Amino acid sequence: MDYFAQQLINGLVLGSIYGLIAIGYTMVYGIVGMINFAHGDIFMIGGFIALISFLVLVSLGLTAIPLILLIVLLVSMAITALYGWTVERIAYRPLRHSFRLAPMLSAIGMSFVLTNYSQIAQGARVKPVPPIIRGGYMLHEGAGGFIVQLSNVQVLVVVTTVVLLALFTWLVSRTRLGRDMRACEQDQTMAALLGVDVDRTISMTFVIGAALAAVAGMMYLLYYGLVDFFMGFVAGIKAFTAAVLGGIGSLPGAMLGGLAIGLIETMWSAYFSVEYKDVAAFSILIVVLIFMPTGLLGRPEVEKV
Amino acid sequence: MSAPPAAASQASIAPGAAFIFKKALISALVALVLFSLMIGVRTEAGPQGQLIYWTRFGDLAAIVGVVFGGSIIVELLRQWWGPVGTIRVVPPAMQNALSIAGRLVAPVLLIFTFLVPVIFYNQRYILDLGILVLTYVMLGWGLNVVVGLAGLLDLGYVAFYAVGAYSYALLATIFGLSFWVCLPLAGILAACWGVLLGFPVLRLRGDYLAIVTLAFGEIIRLVIINWQSLTGGPNGVSGIPRPTLFGIPLTPGENGLAAKLGIEFSPTHRIVFLFYLILALALLTNWVTIRLRRLPIGRAWEALREDEVACRALGINTTTTKLTAFATGAMFGGFAGAFFATRQGFISPESFTFQESALVLAIVVLGGMGSQLGVALAALAMIGGFELFRGLDQYRMLVFGIAMVLLMIWRPRGLIGHRAPTVFLERNQAISSDLVKEGHG
Repeated sequence: MDYFAQQLINGLVLGSIYGLIAIGYTMVYGIVGMINFAHGDIFMIGGFIALISFLVLVSLGLTAIPLILLIVLLVSMAITALYGWTVERIAYRPLRHSFRLAPMLSAIGMSFVLTNYSQIAQGARVKPVPPIIRGGYMLHEGAGGFIVQLSNVQVLVVVTTVVLLALFTWLVSRTRLGRDMRACEQDQTMAALLGVDVDRTISMTFVIGAALAAVAGMMYLLYYGLVDFFMGFVAGIKAFTAAVLGGIGSLPGAMLGGLAIGLIETMWSAYFSVEYKDVAAFSILIVVLIFMPTGLLGRPEVEKV
Repeated sequence: MSAPPAAASQASIAPGAAFIFKKALISALVALVLFSLMIGVRTEAGPQGQLIYWTRFGDLAAIVGVVFGGSIIVELLRQWWGPVGTIRVVPPAMQNALSIAGRLVAPVLLIFTFLVPVIFYNQRYILDLGILVLTYVMLGWGLNVVVGLAGLLDLGYVAFYAVGAYSYALLATIFGLSFWVCLPLAGILAACWGVLLGFPVLRLRGDYLAIVTLAFGEIIRLVIINWQSLTGGPNGVSGIPRPTLFGIPLTPGENGLAAKLGIEFSPTHRIVFLFYLILALALLTNWVTIRLRRLPIGRAWEALREDEVACRALGINTTTTKLTAFATGAMFGGFAGAFFATRQGFISPESFTFQESALVLAIVVLGGMGSQLGVALAALAMIGGFELFRGLDQYRMLVFGIAMVLLMIWRPRGLIGHRAPTVFLERNQAISSDLVKEGHG
């Protein structure tokens, strides 16, 4: 039981990270109707920028950990958001009226560009960082001496996710930008006729998605203590699975799907086999798309002739 | 090609020098922020495992400068070229010349390919490169059935390639079966996997289909890596037998082909044999595809690509249509995989990554989705281009990615970009098939 509780905690933390990435997929799919294949790599770039800015700040002589974390968070969100904007501007916007497969293929190309760009810029080796936030709480000591732990990093990840999700829900439901986004999601032409700047709204969607992916990248760095140039691919597919599982286009769904995928992956590793955890995640994607294409909270897609 | 109205109206305002300068400045500024940390600071794990870093502001300045200059050049070129989407009238004489040349390209290319081993007999490098190009031509033609004809976007094609390769490798090393027995078996097994993948994805369309096939390809690769007792895991399978000419080995020994023919043995014989083998397999793929296109099933594929709903309304069984497309494409992938295994003599999961799928897909798209000649030319351009960048190994995939993006922006319909259905009504409708939403199945 204690072992299960520990895995539950680990799964929820991993799920929060997936959920943050999944929001980017689900928003872009909701508005533009394309799978932003490069989003996983944006997450990876976010992790790298967090790593580098952290390193620079420490060597500049800053010692207050909370201040460092705050600056790193803001810097990586800002720069990664610019990456998201640039990717949209270069690779997707010229293709908005092109044939259906074009944005998808362009996104695959962009994903290769980002992966190899960071490999060339930062080298192929895994970059480890020493644990930045130490300590934690002992929740329960079991009979066999097994201790259920909740580390401070895990608390930080979950709290950050919850805060960002609340902020983001407010943004979408209460602000002008959120209204524009929902309008574009329903009908871009009509939204444009009513004075919504469609291009700008779509750009902002990518910017917000990338910023959230940057947070996920930073959390990944803090939690696992490493980044490498190839981590975006698998994390991206899993986050996409999360978005599909939760119902693509739905924000709470993306978070719910992220938590579900995180839990399933952790439990699978804990009770079955670590080697096949990715196979399990990919199989879920296939099974969900076949039996429940609208996901948990999605709306059915009506095909018009 | 339909021009987005927004782009046309923007381009009609003739921008002056100040505008160009301002735009370039913004691009340079964006580049500065983008690359500031990623290029300006290089991190590496130090000797004691802690991270060290050093700065590279020179590189950063150079890249920002290149972006500034590049965006001025791009803007000037754009002005010179005029608004996007203008229809350029090609003079009729030139059109005629082009169509004659177009008809001649395929036979000339085919004859040249047949003569390659004769012309370049002593140049092992060119022969090896030719075999590689032909392998990708074959893969491209195989995937063309699924993507180009049936309009089903498949991002996991490499899975069938892997199934074919491992089928031959395992059947040959464990049961000692010969290449010519294994080749059809590899094709059949791959086709079975194609149907297996096809069944669950029948109801999916477009992007969802793409992502599921991608997941399928990854699952196959992960299973190969982890099922160590059967596949050898990451170490792969080695000692795969070389192909024989219907039982006669191409070895220097008594029973070898050279001894039987009474000529002096040369290792080049095997390379030439492999070249003609893959050429034959590729031509088989091409021939079958061309024949199938004229059969009802081929017509059904094309109809499916154009409009799935209309297809169903006309009483076409979309289930069998999709499954046969998947199975046919997968079978050719399996053949190519078996050939790959016998040529290499060694296979490992590293050869079957997502990058391979993307490369084959890029060949099909570059070739114009559905054009057999286009795919062949695209494979030649792509693999040849990769060879040009051989010295710059780490930049290869970067350039490939950039090329893929640029290709989609400039020529989303590929190099040979007219995808017309084989049959159409005498009187053309106002809307050409190019404007119809596709990949809808």
